[in-house]
Parts: sequence; C-alpha cells; structure tokens
Amino acid sequence: MPSKLVEETMRTRRLPHIWCPGCGHGILMRDVCQAISNLGLPQEEVTIVSGIGCSSRAAGYMNYNTLHTTHGRAIAFATGIKMAKPEMHVIVITGDGDATAIGGNHLIHAARRNIDLTVVVFNNSIYGMTGGQYSPTTPTGEKGTTAPYGNIDGDFDIPKLSEAAGATFTGRGDCFHVPQMVKLIEDGIKHHGFSVIEGVSICPTYYGRKNKKGSAVQMMHWQEDNCIDIKKAAKMEPKDLEGKIILGEMHKDASRPEYCDEYDKIIKKAGGDK
Amino acid sequence: MAKEQLRFTGSGGQGVILGTIIIAEAAFLDGKQVAQSQSYGPEARGGMCKAETIIDDKKITYTKVELPSLLLSLTQVSFDKYVKKIAPDTVIVVDEEINVPERLYAKHEVLKLPIIKSANEVIKNKMAANIISVGAVNEALQIASVKSLEEAVVNHIPKGTEEMNKKAMHLGAQLVKDARK
Amino acid sequence: MPNNKQKRFQLLQGNEACVEGAIAAGMRFYSGYPITPSTEIAERSALRLPQVGGKFVQMEDEIAGIAAALGASVAGTKSMTATSGPGFSLKQENIGYATIAEIPIVIVDVMRSGPSTGLPTSPSQGDVMQAKWGTHGDHPVIAICPSSVQDTYNQTVRAFNLSERFRTPVILLMDEIVGHMREGCELIPTEELEIHNRNTNMINSMPYAFGEGQYVPHMTSFGDGHLYNITGLFHDEAGFPTNDNEIAGEENSRIMEKIKVYKYSGILEYEEQQMEDADIGIVCYGGTTRAVEGAIEKARDMGYNVGMFRPITLWPFPEHELIERAKQLKRLIVVEHNYGQVLLTVQGIIKGDTKVEFIGKVNGTTITPDEIVRNIEEGEE
Repeated sequence: MPSKLVEETMRTRRLPHIWCPGCGHGILMRDVCQAISNLGLPQEEVTIVSGIGCSSRAAGYMNYNTLHTTHGRAIAFATGIKMAKPEMHVIVITGDGDATAIGGNHLIHAARRNIDLTVVVFNNSIYGMTGGQYSPTTPTGEKGTTAPYGNIDGDFDIPKLSEAAGATFTGRGDCFHVPQMVKLIEDGIKHHGFSVIEGVSICPTYYGRKNKKGSAVQMMHWQEDNCIDIKKAAKMEPKDLEGKIILGEMHKDASRPEYCDEYDKIIKKAGGDK
Repeated sequence: MAKEQLRFTGSGGQGVILGTIIIAEAAFLDGKQVAQSQSYGPEARGGMCKAETIIDDKKITYTKVELPSLLLSLTQVSFDKYVKKIAPDTVIVVDEEINVPERLYAKHEVLKLPIIKSANEVIKNKMAANIISVGAVNEALQIASVKSLEEAVVNHIPKGTEEMNKKAMHLGAQLVKDARK
Repeated sequence: MPNNKQKRFQLLQGNEACVEGAIAAGMRFYSGYPITPSTEIAERSALRLPQVGGKFVQMEDEIAGIAAALGASVAGTKSMTATSGPGFSLKQENIGYATIAEIPIVIVDVMRSGPSTGLPTSPSQGDVMQAKWGTHGDHPVIAICPSSVQDTYNQTVRAFNLSERFRTPVILLMDEIVGHMREGCELIPTEELEIHNRNTNMINSMPYAFGEGQYVPHMTSFGDGHLYNITGLFHDEAGFPTNDNEIAGEENSRIMEKIKVYKYSGILEYEEQQMEDADIGIVCYGGTTRAVEGAIEKARDMGYNVGMFRPITLWPFPEHELIERAKQLKRLIVVEHNYGQVLLTVQGIIKGDTKVEFIGKVNGTTITPDEIVRNIEEGEE
C-alpha cells in the first residue's frame, strides 16, 4: 500500500519506477514531494522540470505539471516557464552530469540572474543511465567505466560552485538524513531567489560496484556515519573531517533582487504595464 | 522620377550606412519606393564600408546597386575600389582630399567638396561629415524634399543635436550649390 | 521615454519587421543569444517586448535560447528565438524536442555563409537542408522563406499561426539579404490580421489525445489546472514515456502525417510571376528572388519568355505545383546562394523533357540580375 503522501503526490499508476533496487533517487524524489506537501502548495501551481539521466526520470512519476526536457537544459526550460508564469513554483530535478557537465553553463547563469527556481541535484557521482561513466562529481581517484585507471579530474562541490556563481540559497542533504533534506528543499522553495540543493544519492549498481562501496545498505550506513551536519562539523578538527561530506544550509542571501521582479520594473519603465 | 542608385563608401565609423538610411527614409516619407542595404566586414570601426540606397517610383526588384547613379566616397581607398564600377554618367561626390583621375572629369560631374574640413571647422564635429554628405547628395540629385530630409535626419541622430545636424545638412546642400556655380 | 505607438508605415530592416510581425501575431516572449546577422531581432525584441508587457531574456548560449522559449511556450506564451548558421546548428536538438513534444515555437534562422564561422556578415542560403534534416531522427518540418521586408512581416505572422495551429516548430528561414535590407513596411495591426491560437480544449484530460480524423492534440498550458507530463521520449496519449513499439510507431507516423495532411490547409504557399507564357522558369526563394525579378525584367525586354516560381513555404516543398508548371517549360533554372540544395529536390521531382539548370554563388556576394540573364542567353545559344 502506498503511503498517503505517495497517493497524493505521485502518479501511482506509473510506479514502480525504473531505478535499480537500492538506488537513492526514490528517497530524494519522495523528499521533494514531502517538502511541497509540507508547504501546502497546490499541485497545479507547481512545475517540475527535469533534464536527462536517472534523476530526471523523477518528473514523470510526480503528480504536478511535469516537463522532462533534453540533456542539461532543464534550468533553461525552467527559466522560460518561470518568466512566463512567475506565480508558478518551478522546481528543477537534475543529476550531477545533467546539472554540472552538459548543463553547467545554465546552472551558473541562472545563479547569476538569481531567478526564483529551486534546483535539486540528485548527485550519485556517476552517469548511471549510460552505465557508469565518471561524472564531474566523481571523487578524484575513483573509478568509472571511462576511468578504468581511476579518475584524474577534480570534482565539483555543487553548493560552492553555485554560491560562487550567485545562487542566493545553497545547501546539501543526503538520502539517509531525510528530515534534513526535506527541510532544505522546503527552505529552498520558500527562498525568493535561485536555490540549489544537492542531494547526495547512492548508486550501488555502478558507482558502488566499481568502487567497492558494498551493498546499498552499506552505502546508506556510510552516509549515516560520514555525512556530518554543518553545525557539528564547525566544532570538529580539519583532520577529522577528511573524507566526510558536510550537510546543511551553506549559504543564504535574501538581499539580492529576484530576476522576475527586476523584469517587472523593466516593463514599467517601457510602459508595458498599462 | 527615374530610378536612382546611390552608393556611399568610406571607412567604418564615418556614418556611411546611416547616411544611406537617412536618405532612404526621406524618400520613403515622400512616398517613394526605397531599398537600403550595406556590406561590411567584422570591424565596427575602420574597415572599408559600402552602403546603398535605391529609390524609384515603381516597385524595386533587385535591391542592390548594379551601376550607381551617384558614388559618394569619403576615403581614398574606398574611392579607388568603387570608382572602377561606375556608369558612364555616374555623379561623383568626394571629399576634397581625394585624388580623382583627370580623365573622369570629361564625362562625369565630379563634385569635390570640403566635407570633412567643414565638419571639423564649421560644424565643429567630425561626426557631422555623413550628414553634410546626405545634404550634398540630396541637393545633387534632388531626391527628397528638404522637409522630409530634415525629418529623416532628426529621426536618426542623438537628442539635443538636432540643430547642429540640420545645419550640417543645409551646409552640404550649399557646398553643392557653390561647386556648381 | 517610451514611445509605444508604432507608425503604420515604417522604413524597417527585415530583421526589425520580423519582430514587429511576431508581436502583432502575439509573441510575448523571446529568448536568444547574439549572432550576426540575426542580432537585430534580439535587439528589437529587447526594446519592444516590455513595451507590450512581454519579456525578453538574453540567455547564456544558443541552446538555452531555444530551451527558455520552449519553456515559456509550455506555460502558454507565444515564443520565438532567432539565430544564424552556427547557432542554428546548436539549436537542432531542441527543435526535435519541440517536434515530438508538440510545443509551438518560431525559430528564425538568418542564413549566413558557412560552414563553421564562415563569412558572418555575408549572405548565403546554405541552411536549407539543415532546416529540413538538421535535427536527428525522422521528423516533419515547416520552413518559410520571405523575400522582402513586407513579406518578412507577413510571413512571421503566418509562422506563428502555423506553429500554434499544428503544434509544431516553424522555421522562418531568412537570409542576410532580406534580414539586413531596409524597405518600406506596413505594420498591419493585430485587429486586421487573422490570428490563430493553440487549441487548449484537452480531450479526456489527455494531453496527446486528438479527435477523430484529426492529427493535432489539444494541450492546456502549464498552470491551467490539468496535471500532465511532457517528454522527448516517445509517449502515450497521457504524455508518459513508453517502449511500446506499436504506440511509438503510431505517434511517429501521426507527427509526420500531421504536416502532410494539413499541407493544403494553410501550410503551403508559393508565388508565381509571369509564368503563364513562360518556357523558361526560374525557381528561387528568399533574397535571391529580388535578383531573379530584376533578371526577368531584363530578359523579357530581350525577348525571352521567362517566369518565376517562388516557394514561400520551402518545406514542405510545393512539389505538385512545380511538376505541373514544369510541363510547359523547356528549361527550369534553380537560383540559390549555395551549391545546390533546393536543386536536389527539384532534380528529384522534375522528370521528362524539362532541362534542370543551376546558378549558385557561395563567395559571400549576391547573385546579380546580369549573371542570371547571361545564363539565360547562354542556354539559348
């Protein structure tokens, strides 16, 4: 029996989803629905936009206005929707490759504009849909099918990247610490500006297997032990934080004007509001 | 009115393209058929630039100048290039600094005018050379009414420079009248 | 500062007329990226859209330019993007997305010399086949090619109408000649135009369901109450991805058929000049039309019976009309600024005694009337 939340916010006839057993994406998708539900937003006023990849299949299961776009372009499509209907809550669900490789340019420029979108990045540190190639968030030294000798690229810190580009709300959650992730998404949606929330996912099928991370359950336990809340981390020694992932709200700036608000001023200046 | 084919040439930044737009708009305001076009390279400033306007009473088919009824050149290099492609009766309007081969005087009306010098010394703005040229060309071929030309000039220049530019336009016409005396 | 009242008659560039036509047709969103020789379309959109309560956004790249316009269209706003050669290449994937997701959008390509960066400020018509086949996979396309500033205004209105009626991307295939020249233009106001808007009367709450004997679905806009899914994957009537080969086949066929079926319901448009008594026909489109018109004047004065056949809708091509007309012709000359793209289509359909000839130019200068006349003369010797 699906839970009340699933009944209300998902297209249950479309379930079960296509993700592998043990994949973290189902948890993150549920977190997004939970956050929207907690905020009491009417479903017809919410649009989910996704790109291409494992993460982006989420849109099809979620009972809102849903747009499954092309690889990397979700944020650009979302920009058009938001500008056409600023009253709409536009949430982008994207992956690490979708958001920071092929779509990296759109991520930083939407951040620069500070348009009121909420971007939730399901980060599984791998290209899952194509079978386990290394991505911009695969840690240096780890393996993928296209990094058989280990990845020599550096990896992105998504909240830091977004903050540097101008995002006015950033944070990171994971699959294990569900209430925290839900709260971050809620706060991101409430924030009037460009929000980026990274959700650290798990991919036991590709990333886990290639890098000997054990079963899905072991990978979840790894998150339990190694994902540290930002407040707790602040009291820890740097050496104790090595190899750990910091969770929590990273950055918030309510002072910068939002893009659609600014455009309304342009319309007034041009006389188009009459 | 017979079909007029105007070709303006010069250096990017001299306002050559704008000159052809203004004269096209003036003729358009007088109810004529017009087609204006330009060709240019990647340089916004300094490259060779060619702009054209065709004016006719009837529908204009080909929109580029085939053989010009008037060639205006503000630089030697553009004059040397485009003087090779003129009609037997093309009117030649050039800045006084430009060397025009003697042989051309036999068949062509050559109007060597102090365009750039007048812009610098009379109007005291080197950017006025194109508006002086527009006034001169209009006087030379009697294309548009003075009223329409004034309106077209005012439509295309920065606010606050109306009087200066009208003065430049009338000065251009006067230069032609003086040259033809 | 705002001067929102537009004069009815104006001297405009083709690119500017495109924006005025788009606004008259109801465009209220433009997103794009600057590129020569289409940039004036972005510039005038930036100026004019906020004056009519619309919005303009300069995106970070060409791909985002079309993506944002598609997003705005999904939310119910008539949208356009414009580009030239290299940018047109970059937009191709999302043109395919618009085709399969059936999202109305107008994409303007002001053609310039290529391949690659080519001659950015010079005319060409090298994107004709890219307009037809540029995006991957089988797909139909509507491409319209204006030949004057006024034609650009009128055809931009028509491009929006077709896009809305048939829920398909429409490519307005301009070229540098038409885009950058200035001519007098009548800005026919919206009230005097026939304007079509998309049908949003959804059938059985299914976005991709369509009526008996019909081919176009009726989707509501996002935010109007019906919750549904849009995807670039093959999908069922409800908009959900499917791997069912039967459904995929049917959907692909319907999208292909839609443009074929409605070809004579407003999609196809062409023009003939002096063809009644012609034995030499010239096929041309866009900017070359004007040189051909000039050449016909001259050739007629010399005693040649020359006429012009101009596809205004380039894709789908007016095949039957040209085949019928060619029956009276001994020569059919295709004039275009490329190595022979429409030529391929003409050669494919014109059989029999009519000799198909070609005049092309690709060095960045325009074909002149005299060059065409010379070709006519040489063929008669």
